[in-house]
Amino acid sequence: MTEGAEGLRSIPALLHRNATRFAKASAYREKEFGIWQSWTWAETEKQIEALALGLLNLGVNEGDFVAIIGRNRPYLYWSMVAAQSVGAIPVPLYQDAVAEEMEYVLSHCGARFVIVADQEQVDKVIEVQEHLHQFEHLIYLDPRGLRKYDHTRLHQYSHVQDQGRAAYDEFIPELKRRREKLGYDDTCVMLYTSGTTGKPKGVVLSNRNIIETAKASSEFDHLKPNDEVLAYLPMAWVGDFIFSIGQAYWTGFCVNCPESAETMMTDLKEIAPSYYFAPPRVFETQLTSIMIRMEDAGPFKKRMFHYFMKHAKEVGPRILDGKPVGFGERLKYALGELMVYGPLKNTLGFSKVRVGYTAGEAIGPEIFSFYRSLGINLKQLYGQTEAGVFITQQPDGEVRADTVGVPSPGVEVRIDDSGEVFYRSPGVFVEYYKNPESTASTKDAEGWVATGDAGFFEPDTGHLRIIDRAKDVGKMADGSMFAPKYVENKLKFYPNILEAVVFGNERDKCTAFINIDLSAVGNWAERNNISYASYQELAGHPKVLEMIQNHVEETNASVAQDEMLSGCQIHRFLVLHKELDADDGELTRTRKVRRKIIGEKFEDLVNALYDGSDSVYTETEVTYEDGRKGKIKATLSIRDAKVLPVAPKSMAAE
Amino acid sequence: MKDMSEGYVTADGRKIGGVLMEMKNITLRFGGVVAIKDISFDIREGEIRAIIGPNGAGKSSMLNVISGFYIPSEGEVFYKGSKRPQMRPYQVAQQGIARTFQNIALFEGMTVLDNIMTGRLTNMKSNLFQQALWYGKANEEEMANREKVERVIDFLEIQSIRKTPVGRLPYGLKKRVELARALAAEPSLLLLDEPMAGMNVEEKEDMSRFILDVNDEFGTTIALIEHDMGVVMDLSDRVVVMDYGKKIGDGTPDEVRNNQDVIDAYLGVAHD
Repeated sequence: MTEGAEGLRSIPALLHRNATRFAKASAYREKEFGIWQSWTWAETEKQIEALALGLLNLGVNEGDFVAIIGRNRPYLYWSMVAAQSVGAIPVPLYQDAVAEEMEYVLSHCGARFVIVADQEQVDKVIEVQEHLHQFEHLIYLDPRGLRKYDHTRLHQYSHVQDQGRAAYDEFIPELKRRREKLGYDDTCVMLYTSGTTGKPKGVVLSNRNIIETAKASSEFDHLKPNDEVLAYLPMAWVGDFIFSIGQAYWTGFCVNCPESAETMMTDLKEIAPSYYFAPPRVFETQLTSIMIRMEDAGPFKKRMFHYFMKHAKEVGPRILDGKPVGFGERLKYALGELMVYGPLKNTLGFSKVRVGYTAGEAIGPEIFSFYRSLGINLKQLYGQTEAGVFITQQPDGEVRADTVGVPSPGVEVRIDDSGEVFYRSPGVFVEYYKNPESTASTKDAEGWVATGDAGFFEPDTGHLRIIDRAKDVGKMADGSMFAPKYVENKLKFYPNILEAVVFGNERDKCTAFINIDLSAVGNWAERNNISYASYQELAGHPKVLEMIQNHVEETNASVAQDEMLSGCQIHRFLVLHKELDADDGELTRTRKVRRKIIGEKFEDLVNALYDGSDSVYTETEVTYEDGRKGKIKATLSIRDAKVLPVAPKSMAAE
Repeated sequence: MKDMSEGYVTADGRKIGGVLMEMKNITLRFGGVVAIKDISFDIREGEIRAIIGPNGAGKSSMLNVISGFYIPSEGEVFYKGSKRPQMRPYQVAQQGIARTFQNIALFEGMTVLDNIMTGRLTNMKSNLFQQALWYGKANEEEMANREKVERVIDFLEIQSIRKTPVGRLPYGLKKRVELARALAAEPSLLLLDEPMAGMNVEEKEDMSRFILDVNDEFGTTIALIEHDMGVVMDLSDRVVVMDYGKKIGDGTPDEVRNNQDVIDAYLGVAHD
């Protein structure tokens, strides 16, 4: 068969190529016991083979689903490839999901085998196992605390590998047979979408989807075998699968795993990746912490920082885009690099970033330009699980904060009459597992997939601009357009605002819930001698409300300038007494707002926003990290924000 | 109480061995004050043994006797089968006994890593001169000890604060660092003086999990003093109850819970 890119039709095939071509180059690194441990491609192949043999020994059949749960560790990435090697389908799950969420996914795909990281995950699986009819064996990585467990269906990862090695002669012919049988249209991986609405759906991606996407995107950004990435985003997320498996195996670069979630920033600094991906939230948090630390710095450092940052903002992005910049300005920028930008980038771990991406949410223009002005080539992409990530991305030199770039290589994009974005590409998913209705309603016979996002191409540049989720875009009572996300994003660009939810569909005016950012507002409170005992108290402090009111009014002023959306100014708002949380179902696991659920859960608050009252009393159920539930009570005050007059243009729009 | 001279098996299937330490008729006086009055009990290999009692019952004094810091006025201490002579604290440490303190006793200005490294001091053979110049065995020794320390850091999940000075840490984490330092010495008997005092529920749960894991993973014998009854009853295999310097109860958590003297001591009883 010659089908497949360079005749390589599966991840195990790519692994074999890498183990031959880059045998001595590092494939994986993980910090453990304070030292970076590394595995070459040749060693990786051996490890994966041992595990695959062990899985055969346990009786994994072709077409079985193998669920994988845990934080980013080389061993778990190997599990995915080992599962593929024996013809099974890996299904990575979000490790912070509670047991019931796992139960749904595990029983939906009917996983016979589950490979987990540690005791915490073992406990969750055991908790729900009696509802899982097909579940048979559980393999764990870290034996700690598991000594006393019943081991009839429980196996330690290293023992499975040992048994695999011991039974090498017995199983190797079968492993080879299965490995070589893997075709371009066989399933590579199944990933569950986080589901802003309803139950998660299993997106089936074939080897063709993954390899074609990895090939096209690696070429687009000229990725090289000596590139380094830090794998820290959830393994269940399609982006991580493409970066840490698809592109890594296609290109042959090294995947680095942090020591623990808390040490991510230190590990980032030590590794200094050359190819980096982070959701806007990570960049926001980093910028907030830089700004907080600069506030505490000495006056000389502070002045130097602000002086050079001002210069960087003017010329940094232009240098990055290869536009003409005067000699004097370049010299001053070089001095700034020496004094401020270089050390700062080093501290952040961005010294070597050649290509950086952000996606998932809109990024604040301020934040975006901050990183670009430092000389970090941060770009935006627009993607979906169903597309194998890439739909559009920004080419080098054409980067802007408010667009998501041009269609990725091999991707066709069109906008239908209602403004919804559709795409078609080799990366388009096969189907939603056991859900033909959803598959049919998302993907048409010609392979066009509805994104559910409303957007348009900018006529001058050909770049795509996304306005909002198509189903969230509504109409106000007076018929003008309502795009909540657009306003929410503007609000969220203020470091003090963590999350915002705007209401107003089919109403006469817009209102909003605001979540404060505890670290930013807390630091501000400390500097201004405002004492508080809890999140709730800080969120309800009159001075905080005043500050948020200023932000809302500034946002209104900026919204008013957009002709189409000037009706979306916020008339009234309140600051929520609790942080919106995925454990309470208010956010998805990828931290996107679940508008409808929030609207229903806090119905009393929404009503209060519209009935003109000054304050409202509410009781809310919350879920603690350990799964227990409690109630918090609060009286929230509601504030009116200044709005700018809207020009009556609904007539003209007719 | 059932005969347990050959050890016993706990409800969750752990095998408890023979006697590791035995206290025989211990009395401790400070001038006219009698802190401990004629107390005898034993600690078995592999068990979690708790000492509880109301304030001023003499728990910490008892722990100090076990650790060799106080010399009992009367009575004898047997450790690993032989009678223990009067010892300096470092000799106690060399015998494989490590402890944590009720009031945290860490070096505030040093990093977490350095603090835990001090727990390895008794295992270092190179002298000051060699260590200063990285001469002789010093280098090798440092690496071997660092590896042991890193395993403890990994075990207690404190990788993210490895290089943080202890003074900057919150209370709950300092407690964990103390435990780490004690564990770094690879003790056969670990003494914990109120490991959960002043912690919130979540920190207590974490610490309980660590104590159980230490016992399970390394087979370390643990003697602990604790105020939180819920924690004690969940964690320990056997409990000694003290009140006004006397032993008023000894046995499994269930036995102790139903002991009338213990109930009286905790809930109060009318004196007539």
